[in-house]
Amino acid sequence: MSKRIGTPLLKLNKVSKVFAGYRALDEVSLEVYPGQVLCLLGDNGAGKSTLIKVLAGFHEATTGTLELNGEVTAFKSPKDASQAGIATVHQFGGTFPLMSIGRSFFVGAEPTKGKGILRRFDKKFANETAVREMQALGITRVTDGDRLIGALSGGERQAAAIARAVHFGANVLILDEPTAALGVKEAAHVLRIVMQARNRGVAVILVTHNVSHALTVGDHFAVLIHGAKADDFAKGERTREQITDLMAGGEAMAELEKELNTLTGSVEKIN
Amino acid sequence: MSKTSSNPATTQKSAVSKLRDLTRRPELGALAGTVIVYVFFSIFGGQEFTALGGLSAWANTAAELLIIALPVGLLMIAGEFDLSVGSVVAGSSVTLALISGYWGLPLWVGIIAALCLGLVSGFLNGLMVTKTKVPSFIVTLAMQFGLAGLTLGSVRLITQTTSISLAEESIFKEMFGGKFANQFENAIFWAIAAALLVAWILQVSPYGNWIFALGGDITSARAAGVQVEKTKIALFMATGFGASLVGVIQATLYNGTSTSGGQSFVFNSVIAVVIGGVVLTGGYGSVIGIVLGTCTFAIVNQGVYYTGWDSDWAALILGILLLAAVLMNNTFRRLALSGGKKEVKKNV
Repeated sequence: MSKRIGTPLLKLNKVSKVFAGYRALDEVSLEVYPGQVLCLLGDNGAGKSTLIKVLAGFHEATTGTLELNGEVTAFKSPKDASQAGIATVHQFGGTFPLMSIGRSFFVGAEPTKGKGILRRFDKKFANETAVREMQALGITRVTDGDRLIGALSGGERQAAAIARAVHFGANVLILDEPTAALGVKEAAHVLRIVMQARNRGVAVILVTHNVSHALTVGDHFAVLIHGAKADDFAKGERTREQITDLMAGGEAMAELEKELNTLTGSVEKIN
Repeated sequence: MSKTSSNPATTQKSAVSKLRDLTRRPELGALAGTVIVYVFFSIFGGQEFTALGGLSAWANTAAELLIIALPVGLLMIAGEFDLSVGSVVAGSSVTLALISGYWGLPLWVGIIAALCLGLVSGFLNGLMVTKTKVPSFIVTLAMQFGLAGLTLGSVRLITQTTSISLAEESIFKEMFGGKFANQFENAIFWAIAAALLVAWILQVSPYGNWIFALGGDITSARAAGVQVEKTKIALFMATGFGASLVGVIQATLYNGTSTSGGQSFVFNSVIAVVIGGVVLTGGYGSVIGIVLGTCTFAIVNQGVYYTGWDSDWAALILGILLLAAVLMNNTFRRLALSGGKKEVKKNV
C-alpha cells in the first residue's frame, strides 16, 4: 500500500523554523507521495501548525530546504504555494459563512463573462460548478449554489473546502484538524472524502491529534514532539497504544497513569 | 434561477422556497423600516410632508448622505470602518473655497483639488491600516481629528476667519451645487450614479467577491489569492472620494463653507448603512439595503420638522431604529450560521 517509490511530490530536508530564539521546528524531514495520506500527529504545541504554515507559504523556513518534484523551491508567499498546487483547508473549512456556496467557491479565482468594462462575475457557472464538485465528493444534499456557507454543517463546509482545492488542481492537500470540531458521523464522512481525494492521486497531509482517525485513513505517519520529528513509520508498523504513548510523551504518560492509579484505583479495580 | 442540464440534482426552486429565501434577507427589514417611517410621518407630518416640498427635503438629505454611505457600506462589508468622512467633507469644501473663492482660481481647479484631497486622505487611511495593522477605527478616527485640526489651522492662518465664501458662477457650480424643479438638488443625480456604480462593483463585477471575502475571513481570502492590501486601499480611497464629492456639492450649493461643516456625516453614514442591513462585523450587505437605510434616515431626520414636534425626537427615533436594525442583523447572522441547517433537513 504505502510503498515509497519514485520521487516524492514534496520533500522537506531538515527544515527548522525559529521565532525570536524559540525553535518551533527542529530539523524536520518529511516525504509526501501522490495518492497517499501522510498523517501528521502531535500534541498541542508540537509544531504541527508551524509545519503546515511553512508548507503553505505563510512562513519561510529558517534553515533546511523544500523540494517540489525533486527540485528545491522556496515559497515566499501563500500564493507561491497555491500556484505550486499546495492547498490548505483549515479546521472550520476556511470558508466565508455569509457568502453563497457559489461565490465562496471561487474567491480569488472568479469566473467571468463579458469583456472589458462589461466583464462580470459568472454566477450561474460558479453556482453550478460548486454544487457539481461537492456532489462529486458525495455531498448530495447540497443542490443550490445560492445557499449561504453558514447554513451548511461542519462536515459539509469541510467538503466544500476540499472540493474547492481539488477543483483548482491541488496536488498536495493539507487538512488542518478537519475532524476536530465534528461529531462522530460527520467526522467519518470527512474521512471518506479524504480517501476520495487520495484515490484521485492527491497527496494528502492530514494533521490531527486523533489517533483513531489517523489510523483509519493514513498510509504513512509522522509524530512531532517539541518541534522535532519523534517517529516516522508506515501503516501497520505501530500499534495504537504505541502511537498514543509517543504523542503524549512516552514514559511520562505511563508514570502519570501510575500516579493517577494510586489516587483513584486502577481501571481493573473500578471495573 | 437554476435551469441547468449539466446538473440533474439541481432542481428548480419552488416559489415557496424563493419566498422563504426572501424573508431571510435583511434587506426586507430595511424596506419595512423605510415604509414604516414614511407612513408614520405621512400621518403625523400631514400633507406638507407628502407634498413635493417634503419629498425634496428628505430626498436632498438622502442624496448627500448616500454618496458617502455607499462607499462606507462597501468598506464595512470588507470589515473596516471610516470615521474620517466628516473632516474630509469639511476639508475638501474648504479646499475648494480657498482655491476658487479666496484665491480666485477657476472653479474646476478647486474642484479637482478638493476631490484629490479626498483620494489622498483615503489612500493614507488605507496605507496606514494595511501597513500598521492598527484597527481602521483608530486610524480613521486619528485622521478625522488630524484633518479637522489641519483644516481649521490653515484656514485661520490664511484667511483669519473660519468661513470663506465662494461666489463664482459657472457650469461646474450648476453641475455639483445646482438644483432642478426648483427644490431638488443635483446631488440626487450624483447619488443615483453612485448607487449604480457601487451596485455594479459589489454585485456584478468579480471584485465584489473580494469585498465580501475580505469581511468574511481575511486570512482565507489572502490564501485564496485576493489582493488584500490593494482592495482595502481602493475602498478607503472610495470613501474619501465620496466624502470630498459631498464637500464640493455643499460648497457650491451654499456658495461658501465653514470649517465645521460635514461632521454629522461620520455617524449618520454608519447609522444609514447599519439600518440598511450591512452586518457590522463585515461579510454581508447590499446596495439596495444601503439605499433603503439612507432613505429611512433622511425621512426621520427631515420628517420630524413637519410634525411640529421638537427635532430632538428625531434622534430618539434614529437611536431606536439603529438598535432594532443591529438586533435584526444579528438574528439574521445567527440564522444564516446555524438555523439554516434545520430548514434544509426538512426538505430532504
